[in-house]
Amino acid sequence: MSLRLAGATYRYAGAGRPALVAVDLEVAAGAVVGVVGANESGKTTLCLVAAGLAPATIGGELTGTVEVDELHTSRQRPHELAQRCGVLFQNPSTQLSGTTGSVWEEIGFGPRNLGLSVEETVHRVDEAMRVVGIAALAERDPARLSGGQAQLVALASVLAMHPRYLILDEPTSQLDPGGTELVGDALADLAQRTGAGVLLVEHKTDLLDRVADRVVVLDAGRIVERGEARSLLGDARLPGWGVDPPARARLERAADAAGVELPEAVA
Amino acid sequence: MTASVPAFVLRPASGAYRGLNPATKLVIALCEAVVAFGIRGWTGPIAVLAVVLVCGVAARIGRAFIPFLLATIPLTASILLVNTFLYPGATDTIVVLGPLRPTWTGLEVATQATLRVVAFAMSVALLGLTTPFDQLIADLERRGMGRRVAFVVGATLRMVPRVAERAREITDAQRARGLDTQGRAWRRVRGVLPLAGPLVFGALTDVEEQTMALEARGFSAPGGRTVLRTFPDSAAQRSLRWLLAAGTVLALVASIVGALRFLP
Repeated sequence: MSLRLAGATYRYAGAGRPALVAVDLEVAAGAVVGVVGANESGKTTLCLVAAGLAPATIGGELTGTVEVDELHTSRQRPHELAQRCGVLFQNPSTQLSGTTGSVWEEIGFGPRNLGLSVEETVHRVDEAMRVVGIAALAERDPARLSGGQAQLVALASVLAMHPRYLILDEPTSQLDPGGTELVGDALADLAQRTGAGVLLVEHKTDLLDRVADRVVVLDAGRIVERGEARSLLGDARLPGWGVDPPARARLERAADAAGVELPEAVA
Repeated sequence: MTASVPAFVLRPASGAYRGLNPATKLVIALCEAVVAFGIRGWTGPIAVLAVVLVCGVAARIGRAFIPFLLATIPLTASILLVNTFLYPGATDTIVVLGPLRPTWTGLEVATQATLRVVAFAMSVALLGLTTPFDQLIADLERRGMGRRVAFVVGATLRMVPRVAERAREITDAQRARGLDTQGRAWRRVRGVLPLAGPLVFGALTDVEEQTMALEARGFSAPGGRTVLRTFPDSAAQRSLRWLLAAGTVLALVASIVGALRFLP
């Protein structure tokens, strides 16, 4: 059981060249796969294609295979796909429906669309708020949240759909360190506890260093490197791909250069 | 099991007017709007203003009407000026002011039209001030309104403050880069152009992203949406709604065919 892209090449409608080229990628159930790369490297496009939104919703041309649990995404209807693949975009304000009066109702928007029972809807909303740590925001008007709060609400809204795979495009871009840590813990716990597979696009490599099992590097729409997270995030070539190494890797490198041995707890 | 939905979601409204079912308040507002514009002479707008006043007092929202009243000023001022000074065919001049000849007929027509606009604005204000729009949408959805219609109505109503906020952000950004958007009128007009581009294109980009986000949240799923809350309704309110609708249609027809000539 996995989310799998095989030879996926995607070109936006009207674009001269593809934004994603021959991408092979697998996100197994319960695994967290990180994606790093410079701006314009194709990270967001990868999210759209993996979620089945490109080309189904925004047009364009896709060749290759994108499968969720061995079902081709192009053969699934959007609401069916929504229960298999939850997707979160960078801009939280466009993630919110704009039709609800409270955060609680906003998170319930998705489950209500599926026509779930009231009990199930209430359970999912409460659970998603608890996981993301935003129970205190329940009564707030979604239109009057800070960027970071809106991002957490958007994440909770995706979690409430109980997708088997989560595709997250910089879910912590507007969060402070505390919020980032909270989201990281929540994602790691979710993957471990529910067996959800997570595709996590992040510039914050410290977060990936903590939660990702594997990492792929995108450059000009191609996967140029892939590997076990701890090893690849310590790769000296990362800055050349426009990726900032995590603090742990920088510290290790500085210690190596100075001939200092780091204590085991730090390394 | 509706009890497990938080109380702040169910938030039952209280009070003589606020406690009415959202659909009842919507029907009242629609009837007021039709009567304000549809019934001839002074009777229509004055009757609506009287009803709005009584309901407003019952809902304790007297002062909250003021911004809505002020918002009508540009339109009502232009109605008064154009009709009073330029009403075609009127000869009963009030006073001669150089080339301008305001007329009694024009003033009467203008005052009636102004009252109609004010009555309409106040009936919309009464609905808006006493009925949270998400409650209205939730009730209409429960009554069978399609999810797409409900979304379009709800999102449109809630979009206005968001667009205003974005316009403010863009204006601030343009000012920070030296654009003069204050002072003389022509400067203000010139300042609108750099604002319009980012505002329109930003809104279009948002729509595309929001469409994808909606799909990812099962918006196109078949079947009905889960109803989380119902609003108190009663046989009396149902009867009132039908009576108001039927009465308004009858009054409108009577006004059109000339059966209400006796009204002032």
